[in-house]
Amino acid sequence: MQLILESLFNGVAIGSVLLVAALGLAIVFGLMGVINLAHGELMMLGAYSTYITQLIFKQVSFLKPFYDSYVIVAIGIAFLVSGTVGILLERTVIRRLYGSPLETLLATWGVSLILQQFVRSVPLAYGSGLVISLFFGLFAPLFISDELLQGAKGKLIRASTWGVSALLGVATGGVLSSLVSKLSRASARNVDVTAPSWMRGGIDFVGITFPKTRLLIILITLISVLVVIFFLDKTAWGMRIRAVTQNRPMSDCLGISTETVDIITFGIGSGLAGVAGVAVSLLGSVGPNVGGNYIVGCFMVVVLGGVGNLLGTILASFSIGIMTDLIGAGRLLTIWPEMPSPIYSTIDFFATTSMARVMIFALIVIFLQFRPTGMFPQKGRMVES
Amino acid sequence: MKLSKRIFAGLATASLAVTVTACGGSDSSGNFDDTVTVGILHSLSGTMAISESTLVDTEKMAIEEINAAGGITVDGKSYKIEYIVEDGASDWPTFAEKSKKLIDQDGVPVVFGGWTSASRKAMLPVYESKDAFLYYPIQYEAQECSNNIFYTGATPNQQSEPATDFMYKRSPAAGGDFFLVGSDYVFPRTSNTITKAQVKQLGGKVVGEDYLPLGNTEVAPIISKIKVALPDGGIIINTLNGDQNVAFFKQIQDAGITPSNGYYVMNYSIAEEEISTIGPEFLEGHYGAWNYMMSIDTPASKKFAKSFKKRWGSDRVVADPQESAYNMVYLWKQAVEDAGTFDDNAVREALVGQTFDAPQGPVEVMPNHHLSQTVRIGEINSEGGFTILEETGVVEPQAWNQKHPSSKGYACDWTDPKKGEKYRL
Repeated sequence: MQLILESLFNGVAIGSVLLVAALGLAIVFGLMGVINLAHGELMMLGAYSTYITQLIFKQVSFLKPFYDSYVIVAIGIAFLVSGTVGILLERTVIRRLYGSPLETLLATWGVSLILQQFVRSVPLAYGSGLVISLFFGLFAPLFISDELLQGAKGKLIRASTWGVSALLGVATGGVLSSLVSKLSRASARNVDVTAPSWMRGGIDFVGITFPKTRLLIILITLISVLVVIFFLDKTAWGMRIRAVTQNRPMSDCLGISTETVDIITFGIGSGLAGVAGVAVSLLGSVGPNVGGNYIVGCFMVVVLGGVGNLLGTILASFSIGIMTDLIGAGRLLTIWPEMPSPIYSTIDFFATTSMARVMIFALIVIFLQFRPTGMFPQKGRMVES
Repeated sequence: MKLSKRIFAGLATASLAVTVTACGGSDSSGNFDDTVTVGILHSLSGTMAISESTLVDTEKMAIEEINAAGGITVDGKSYKIEYIVEDGASDWPTFAEKSKKLIDQDGVPVVFGGWTSASRKAMLPVYESKDAFLYYPIQYEAQECSNNIFYTGATPNQQSEPATDFMYKRSPAAGGDFFLVGSDYVFPRTSNTITKAQVKQLGGKVVGEDYLPLGNTEVAPIISKIKVALPDGGIIINTLNGDQNVAFFKQIQDAGITPSNGYYVMNYSIAEEEISTIGPEFLEGHYGAWNYMMSIDTPASKKFAKSFKKRWGSDRVVADPQESAYNMVYLWKQAVEDAGTFDDNAVREALVGQTFDAPQGPVEVMPNHHLSQTVRIGEINSEGGFTILEETGVVEPQAWNQKHPSSKGYACDWTDPKKGEKYRL
């Protein structure tokens, strides 16, 4: 019993890291069909946002009493940062490449390299300043009435919002670099997010230790999934997104602004990558390559679950998580130690983390031979198919 | 070899120039009869850049120091050392390519370079075919002995063997079972093969081992295995690399695998630099084994740390790999001066038997092109350094490990043409 519970918890813990990382991709790749290889780097930006938030809470005197809650603030900030960069990416690169997956793949891979080098070579304070400029520059026009944005005067107003945003960004960069000296120099060195003391250690329950960070990541994943499901199923924009996914020209004819839908979908998908970045930063170190370690796993989860199906993504992550634990931790050996020695040594051979990974990838490949569209293929009236 | 030396000298000269300018003032070209250019080849970009750039800094510092003290004197002529720095880019074939460039195009007499075993293995054929000379500064798995490489890092019998002995006999977990964790590549696997043989000899038991693929940070399955294999605490030997250590230590602490619960981790890849990245709060109470530790309380060690901080910033630390890199530049200088030429073959002969009063204490070049050095076991403290618990005397290097089944009974001796790379003892 204890063993089953422990194994289940471990599987869910590993699975929820995969799920939170793949959730954004399930939307961007699953619903929009965009192969975004920069997804991992959007996660990395989320992880760096956590690091920056942590430092600000540590250094700025009026925020110090709230240090213990910085992780929660970081989730919101990471969502906005990755979302903003994601929208910029959509507006500048991906929008021009809809319908040509190979070019999208190459272009987003290029973007991922740019982003990696960006965090290496630009001081984080000015990096955050740039994101803030982008944020206000992209979103400020939404709050100005359409009339003002018409004609020559409108152009001037648009230009001036960008100007103000740029100033704001530079000012933020300056303030941050003077407040937090660690952010004022560029460094390729990996940085570290330290969980606040209430999140360290574990909870002992029926003889098993449940690490608190793992519990928090499961909670973050659960909330993200619920919010995404609620958004897609219950809100007007969610309905529009589903409509555009199913039949883009028809939705366009019926008056849905497909361009806005693309922006929102991509923004949310990217923002979720940021949230995943927070989760990942709690487990290991934060560096330019942190996202790259997850990207293959993310695509695997989405493909295994069935492209375009959220439930499939959820089940796929948890099955991979549980399989990783079963094989990698050698659970069968613990359950049945007296098994005949040839079987024992075979299982023992596969009971390492490296071999577990190989086994799981092999199983997925075999599974996809029989069901190429994944566990839950998208059924129904897709125009493209 | 000759070529390589010239490269080295050139690099060194360049380095001197930089130092002198940096120190502000003195005429960099004055007082020298000639210059010699040496090669420095480490990764300045990519995954390994973080670690390897510290070696470049140290080698530059050593060259600057030598130049400030009058350079190299060969045949009564004083040479200023200049250097050419090449970027191996964390990509092993690039190391081989850049080596060729340094040897053929720049004609350096010596190259200081490498960190990972993979980069060394890629460079080895280049130096052997061109009969050039590489100085390699990292503690590694040994099982190699090239006439064209000089290894200044520790061999397993100068690091992991004394460390295993300490853990089994004198640590708080003495007599306990062993669990081996490492990254999945050649160093951890070779090192663990040796450890397993040694634990068996000591009468202990290895109850499990696991390797994490490079780049993977999911350690939950390993934690479960440790808990099943060592339910009441024990000894964990850790050969994980780089970032993976951060994930490992953060997660084992949450899972209750801590010194207060009887789990003690002995680390072979965590030095002062890594402690400050991971955070001492995750590492306190665990152990490390090195030849040099920044907390060594001798004038030579303090001077080394102080000059490095003065040159590169007060927040910088020095660690074992840097000390090895520092030693090799000085040993090369001594060998050249003794040989009276930059010619590789003569320098190689003069190199064996060289002694140097290194920051770690006296070291000596042995006939197998490795260094005899002191081994220290330290406990990681809350300030991010090591509290030194034990110091062995000077330990002689074994290029062919005497506990590894494939090399037991073999040794290497380049001073005797009949013995060479691998001969039966």
